Amino acid sequence: MNGVRMLPAGEQGLVVEFGSKIDEEINVRVHQVSRLITDRLSDGVIEVVPTYRSLLVYFKPLVITRNQLISEIEVLLSRIEGAANESGSARVVYIPVCYGGEFGPDIEFVAQHNKLSVDEVVKIHTATPYLVYMLGFTPGFPYLGGMSEKIAAPRLDKPRTKIPAGSVGIAGSQTGFYPIESPGGWRLIGQTPIKGFDKDADKPFPIDAGDYLQFQAVSAEDFYKIRQQVNDGTYRTETKQISRGGAR
Amino acid sequence: MMITIINPGLLTTVQDGGRWGYQRFGMPVAGVMDRFAYNTANLLAGNSPDAAVLEMTMLGGTFRFESPAYMTLCGADMQAELNGEAVRNWSSFFVPAGSELSLGYAVSGCRAYLAVHGGFDVQQVLGSRSTYVRGGIGGHCGRALKAGDILSAGNAGSLPSANKYLPAEMVPQYNEEIILRVLLGPQDDLFTNEGIETMFSSSYDITDEADRMGYRLEGPAIKHCGKADIVSDALCQGAIQVPGHGRPIIMMADRQTTGGYAKIGTVIGPDLVKLAQAKPGDSIRFVRCSDSEASAALVKESKNNEDIAAAISKQGQLGRQLKVSVNGQVYMVSIEEA
Repeated sequence: MNGVRMLPAGEQGLVVEFGSKIDEEINVRVHQVSRLITDRLSDGVIEVVPTYRSLLVYFKPLVITRNQLISEIEVLLSRIEGAANESGSARVVYIPVCYGGEFGPDIEFVAQHNKLSVDEVVKIHTATPYLVYMLGFTPGFPYLGGMSEKIAAPRLDKPRTKIPAGSVGIAGSQTGFYPIESPGGWRLIGQTPIKGFDKDADKPFPIDAGDYLQFQAVSAEDFYKIRQQVNDGTYRTETKQISRGGAR
Repeated sequence: MMITIINPGLLTTVQDGGRWGYQRFGMPVAGVMDRFAYNTANLLAGNSPDAAVLEMTMLGGTFRFESPAYMTLCGADMQAELNGEAVRNWSSFFVPAGSELSLGYAVSGCRAYLAVHGGFDVQQVLGSRSTYVRGGIGGHCGRALKAGDILSAGNAGSLPSANKYLPAEMVPQYNEEIILRVLLGPQDDLFTNEGIETMFSSSYDITDEADRMGYRLEGPAIKHCGKADIVSDALCQGAIQVPGHGRPIIMMADRQTTGGYAKIGTVIGPDLVKLAQAKPGDSIRFVRCSDSEASAALVKESKNNEDIAAAISKQGQLGRQLKVSVNGQVYMVSIEEA
């Protein structure tokens, strides 16, 4: 495959790099290859970490040599070459959000900053699914791409020291939510009752890199209802399979 | 078996081999910093290789054992005493009920490991008992131990029959100057040739900002070709990140899963044990190593662990297997190291 670089990251790390910038097409390829390596190359592969534009394969050099691993990955790459439009399906995960009020104290700032009404901000924020380029920063924190510039807003001058888990925010033209309570400077526009990381759940991480997130506006009443279900372990996140490219 | 924490020391956490398999979700691996001392401790304590131990940092703790136990201390020498009597590092010993084990400052090395027979029994989180303190995950209540905490050890059957020890020639020496082998990449192409030469020809000091997450070093600046920032990618253990100021940071067990600074190279796994036992003020030299040399180092490490396992298991058998015949009378004799 053209432009793919195989780079060493220590004696048990191999980086497969697809480009040097943030780009949806490159990232979709990263997740496609990451899944292939995870599914097909179990022997000697410890884990695969997909990020914006590359993936890191942790392997056991005593089981598979670097050169063997590289040639196996090259075979996988040659099979999917030219098949960028057939990169299979992707998952959309629906994230219920209660916007504004105590849940999103900065939503009026975001509206005023962009000369919009609060309702318009909500409408734009929930209009399209966002690609999860990668997870990082804190366990389960999704780096999302594709938010409309129409609702972009600068970070806070003074970051908050404590942001409640589930807070949905905007920083520049990025959006995302905080899976666990943490400090942060994002403009908070809402809150989701679901947990981005729950160590006791069957699926501790409801969101995976390569998924799409679709925010859905819910009332405060529904927020508390869902939160109760989450706490009881009865809530199931709503998901939908779509074909790649059909998300946007 | 219950253990009461009378004094936790500076930073004492429950650790095992780490929480592998969840980095794609942003979950740091954590786990022991010094895998050599960890492996050896579990061998000496008669544990499975993945049993959880206590990792102590710089200043050890004081512990009371409510019932008889069998344990070992490996890694940094923290002048351990059992009921006021000195105990040897890198060897196992029996502890009568009601005993107090106390450790002080590390006189050599930085991190000591206490392994008790049966392993520390805390709930597994995502397949590991390791504490990730920044995330409040794993170990005992997701945090470092505090005075008054009570830990229990797993039931591993009867206590072993004899004290065991790591043969003296296998005990590592901790030096204030260490040499770390580095495999260049993944972003060595973002550094000038002089920058790379600077790294391999200079000495770097460990600053006070050296913890389970990473070690910040002080020394000649390593020059980038252009910008130091990259589009964030995955961080492996031992990765050497170089921010714009040119001073390297070596990423350790609690490193975040992704990072946005160019990585000039990676300290090879078998050498990270030396870094785990190094303290602020100690100095580091980097030497270049090839991928085949790095793999060979890993093979050697694995062989060394096998040799240690064999040596330790022989100590037990030696004591049980000697038959002595005197004047036609057969005696079973067990021999123990003085």
